[in-house]
Amino acid sequence: MMLRTDDKARERKEKSGSARVASLRKRIRWDLVIMVASASALFAMSMIFQEKGEKAMDISWEFFKEMAFILPAVLVLMGLFGVWVDRRLVVKYLGEGSGIGGLLLAILLGTLPTGPLYVAFPLAGMLLKKGARVANVMLFLSAWACIKIPQELMELRFLGWRFTSLRLGLTVTILIPMALLAEAIHRHQGPKAALFQTGQDSEQAS
Amino acid sequence: MSLTAIVIDSLVGLCLILSLVASREKTKTALVIAWNALKRLAPSVLAVIAIIGLVVGFIPPKWIASSIGGESGLVGVLVAALLGSVLFIPAIIAFPLARSLLDLGAGVMAMAAFITTLTMIGFVFLPVEIKELGKRFAFLRNGLSFVAAVIIAVIMGLVLG
Repeated sequence: MMLRTDDKARERKEKSGSARVASLRKRIRWDLVIMVASASALFAMSMIFQEKGEKAMDISWEFFKEMAFILPAVLVLMGLFGVWVDRRLVVKYLGEGSGIGGLLLAILLGTLPTGPLYVAFPLAGMLLKKGARVANVMLFLSAWACIKIPQELMELRFLGWRFTSLRLGLTVTILIPMALLAEAIHRHQGPKAALFQTGQDSEQAS
Repeated sequence: MSLTAIVIDSLVGLCLILSLVASREKTKTALVIAWNALKRLAPSVLAVIAIIGLVVGFIPPKWIASSIGGESGLVGVLVAALLGSVLFIPAIIAFPLARSLLDLGAGVMAMAAFITTLTMIGFVFLPVEIKELGKRFAFLRNGLSFVAAVIIAVIMGLVLG
């Protein structure tokens, strides 16, 4: 039932041996350390500075609710994407040979959905794993981050059309060479590094 | 529950139902992948939530305004770009904030840098980004976005300022 890509990712992971497993464990432990440290800092600060603490806790709570409502759905979407979308399709439209059409499609995909940037990371990871080129995934994320219709309406309303149109125009113009440059550097330093990171969940799934 | 959440949840719910109708086996695999991803991401996400509360709750807005207001110049642009990268403020709130900072005397250049890094870069989300896309990809994207934001800001300052 699992896809070929996942097998390949697993193979690569096994080849790299125990050193990688050790570094992986180290990383997971660091997460927990940061989580506990930041949570206790928040609670401690809130106890000491009651007035500001209340506001800080409110903000964290609001954000937790938002995450709790959105994140599981996004991860399910990622899972469905992983199971149903054929790797060949992604390679064809967003892979190495996809050219300018691929760049434009990546920007378009980024503008379609709404939601904060963190929501896009799992989806972007899945795209990379399925064989999309780095420049396209980079563009997808950037477009997701800064080209959103409701957001731009707010910018228009508060900062005026000159500011908004100039900033948006410059952003789109600069994003494409930026993504291509990022891809060149990424390839230069060793292209498959990102695949290790995203391979692990499917390994557990099988 | 925000409108965004309702739209995303109902869309994914629909996809899930379609998937279930098509194949129970594949849907189960998809849900297992999602569950494992959730377990992997949970500590980073919870840390991010606490850090956002700390930053927004305890850093006074006046302090932000004073560091990028007045005769900021290129230093102001860099400070604004850095602030935009580190701070977490929803864009909907950021635009009125930028307007009020502009009225207080902050430079157009600094504000353009602030808004661009605010939307494109999230230092608080870096742990999540590294987890999903790898260190190399995450650092490249954030670093180049920062450079792009400064370039955009300088051009905007020259045109509008």
